[in-house]
Amino acid sequence: MNLEVENLRVYYRTLAGDVQALDGVTFGVDDGEIMGLAGESGCGKSTLGNAIISLTGRMKYIEGSVTLGSAELPIWDFDEMNHHRFNDLSIIPQYAMSAMNPTRKIGKMVGELLDSKGVRHKEYTPELKRRFELVGLSQDVLNMYPIELSGGMKQRAVMVISTLLDPSLLIADEITSALDVSTQKAVAEMLVEFRERGFVKSMIVITHDISILYQVADTILVMYAGKLAEKAPADTIINSPRHPYTRLLISSLPEVGVTYTGKRLTGIAGTPPALLNPPEGCRFRDRCPFAYEKCLEEPPFVEIAPGHQTACWKEI
Amino acid sequence: MSGPQNDARDNGEAGLLKLDHVTKVYSTGTFGGGQLTAVRDVSFEVKPGEVMSVIGESGSGKSTIGKMILRLSPISNGTISFDGTDVSTLKRRALKEYRRDVQGVFQDPFSSYNPIFKADRVFAMVKSEFFPGTSGPEWRNKIGLALEAVTLDPTQVLHKYPHQLSGGQLQRLLIARALLLDIRFLVADEIISMLDASTRIDVLNLLADLKGRGLGIMFITHDLSLGNYISEKTVILRRGLIVEMGETQKVFGNPTHPYTKMLLASVPQLHHKWEEIAEGLKVPDSVVIDKEAAAKKTYETVSEILAPDADDSVIVETEPNHLVRFSPEEAREIEPAAVAGKTE
Amino acid sequence: MKKRAKPEGKAAAIGTDAALPESGISTEPGVTHIEQTPPEKKPVKALSKTANMGALREMLYFAFRNPKLLIGLGVVVFFLLVALIGPHFAIHDPIYNIDGPPHHGPMLHHHYFLGTTPEGLDVFSQFVISLRLAFVVGLIGGGVAAVIGTVVGFTAGYKGGIVDEVLNMITNIVLCIPVFCLLIVIASFARNSIKGVVPEALIIGLVTWPWAARALRSQTFSLSSREFVSLARLSGESSWKIIFKEIAPNVSSYLFMMFILLFGGAILTASTLDFIGLGPGNTITFGQMMQNAFSGSALLLGYWWWFIPPGLAITLIVGGAYFMNVGLDEVFNPRLREM
Repeated sequence: MNLEVENLRVYYRTLAGDVQALDGVTFGVDDGEIMGLAGESGCGKSTLGNAIISLTGRMKYIEGSVTLGSAELPIWDFDEMNHHRFNDLSIIPQYAMSAMNPTRKIGKMVGELLDSKGVRHKEYTPELKRRFELVGLSQDVLNMYPIELSGGMKQRAVMVISTLLDPSLLIADEITSALDVSTQKAVAEMLVEFRERGFVKSMIVITHDISILYQVADTILVMYAGKLAEKAPADTIINSPRHPYTRLLISSLPEVGVTYTGKRLTGIAGTPPALLNPPEGCRFRDRCPFAYEKCLEEPPFVEIAPGHQTACWKEI
Repeated sequence: MSGPQNDARDNGEAGLLKLDHVTKVYSTGTFGGGQLTAVRDVSFEVKPGEVMSVIGESGSGKSTIGKMILRLSPISNGTISFDGTDVSTLKRRALKEYRRDVQGVFQDPFSSYNPIFKADRVFAMVKSEFFPGTSGPEWRNKIGLALEAVTLDPTQVLHKYPHQLSGGQLQRLLIARALLLDIRFLVADEIISMLDASTRIDVLNLLADLKGRGLGIMFITHDLSLGNYISEKTVILRRGLIVEMGETQKVFGNPTHPYTKMLLASVPQLHHKWEEIAEGLKVPDSVVIDKEAAAKKTYETVSEILAPDADDSVIVETEPNHLVRFSPEEAREIEPAAVAGKTE
Repeated sequence: MKKRAKPEGKAAAIGTDAALPESGISTEPGVTHIEQTPPEKKPVKALSKTANMGALREMLYFAFRNPKLLIGLGVVVFFLLVALIGPHFAIHDPIYNIDGPPHHGPMLHHHYFLGTTPEGLDVFSQFVISLRLAFVVGLIGGGVAAVIGTVVGFTAGYKGGIVDEVLNMITNIVLCIPVFCLLIVIASFARNSIKGVVPEALIIGLVTWPWAARALRSQTFSLSSREFVSLARLSGESSWKIIFKEIAPNVSSYLFMMFILLFGGAILTASTLDFIGLGPGNTITFGQMMQNAFSGSALLLGYWWWFIPPGLAITLIVGGAYFMNVGLDEVFNPRLREM
């Protein structure tokens, strides 16, 4: 087990109180596993990804542990985490493409980054160039400004830079969302390539697009309203999901070949609960067609079949 | 290119919205020195009660076409006709009348509302410009009907600020606004791409239901699965040019142009892996590669190094209601007689 | 290292759908069409005190609790009141009455509250008249600049294209004109015809608007690309209606702050002009008081009541206005508010 998260709870401070964005999640990611983290807006997936590596700003650590390899990560201590960031674990944040300093050439930016990590950037330049080549970027890119690159190219450059020191864990936060369809495919396939070549041991790929996860992820973890709903191999989540939310979600996704006149799809009525004062028990019960009295008690996230976990009283 | 479309094969019903050789050129640089062609010689027709998907990646010109239809952006060349009337020259009152028939909904629900006013102010705006004489109760009734048509509960959405409503509610409110005007044509520009998966399908179903009222819809999107779900006709755009168009089933079932195949091969599907699909689509090895881009190694994907269609390429009808762009040589091989109507 | 507790013996066989009520669920993989009844409607709870307030009420709520705003506003309002009420207590004519005891400190006797100048003129009268005129300059000069800046900024930002290019050129030209040189030249030639501060204020207004126009143009530009403007056009609203009904309310905070800065700036500019002797000839202003004090060696001779009040007044009014602006920024920009 490369990454183990145990009962992690992270809230957001707001004027009105604490928003319970991540409310006690427990799961693990194996060596070599690409885990997709899926869910709709407000489910807590971005919070989870960011909490593991850079808990800052309004986020408030409440409890829980995150263990990478054999060492527990001091996620509550932003400065301590600096030792681990980029070396042991790395993140490609959601707006990485637009977050690059427009007045810095790519090469200079990488140099500064490596220097700040105490790494001699001259040592890494040949490897950097080799990896750029691998993802289809010419070496000239190092001499260009971000504005000269297209979205996909920037995304690939960021991917190479984030994994330069071969971290054990890579967290990719919505890296395909702003890209064209054909570029999305290239970037997603690149993630798998990185794993194959051993640049990264395991990955957490955060996205709202489950179909991309089906293509590249080994397992998918579905979140809802700050809690885990289901985790299973990608195939199982798509073809035989057990949690009602997952089932409703999968059945609401249009795909090529499905038409309105052929099979009319339906969405999920209602909206997720506000996390400022979340409801008792299962958070999906208001919208769940199978809810019954037991659902007033929170279901535990447990294994119902080898490699398949879910939090639903009906399934346990 | 109006030839193959307007013949007896189509049930003779008049087209609602028709584009004829529409082109859009932007001037760039100080005082307009350079030129950028966003849309090139696009022609198609949408009938009442029909949904047409306009599919393309960024830079394809799909949004520009939408804006031109809505008269938010001037047309450089060609004509856009609604119900037979040329709309590119309408002014003031005639333009306002046009707005009663044709409206649009855009991508970002939160950008579509003025943040400092309540969300239902969009209804009030319509009233003050188009229905100044309507009485209070009558107007409220109209709103009630429009909200019902988009399955929104008035008590949940009226008198609220945009930040108090969800993206799905906001988009549906905009569709209700368009219905207040009793429009006959709706331009939906990526209206669900910013919504959550579980609400997308509701809005999509709503659009499909509206065609039952005789509404014509232009559904602009980059997502092929959405286009496939609700449209009768599909247009595939690339860099301002139509590369393939026709009945949705035919375009998706029998994709002919290499770009269409590439797009279909890149869509992540829920039950088939990419390798499976690519094999099925057999993207030919003989696909012409833009050698310069390939050599520079700054290409994105095959989509980028696929050479753009030449200026002298033509549209050919390969089967009824299915048109594809070919180079003149390829076109001659398929159907020498069909290389009619040069399109550039 | 803690381990997750594994439940015992609960693993169900894969693929079975244990008895689920209201089926409509088939066991085919991939097809999970589920019937649902809509959930009961839950009332929406207000997340915080201000969640349900309109933008205006929310702003006022924060405005009345912002110390910087209140202090700045207090100072300016205080001086305004003095300017309005003060002249009633100034019984001596500030320019012509030389009956007072010369260079005397402040005294209550004969209403010489702020003492007299070496010529026997009443400093208090001079002060309150100057104060009034300072406000006049600020309001007119600031007002004229605000109006021009607003019109130019909105038009350039919304229309774009050639209109924008032309207005930009004009703005840049006026921006590059060295304001003081221009004012000095105009004032020198029009010396005799500048009667009162109004012409002076007008000239200041005509020359200090460019930065405001520039800033407003970029705000308008970015707002115009938002889709609610497209929607307003689709609703048949004319351009001017859109600018004033859709865009202006969104920048109202900016317009407000802009005016305050122009107000303060106009007072400072006028005082400087007056100090170097180019102000109106038929009246008395702060700048002129300072100039008189300076040339009368007030500092050297210790006539503090002569130069401190005008200087302090300018500093406090302009400073108060700027301070107010800082507070306003916090009120208008939710991200600056402390949690």
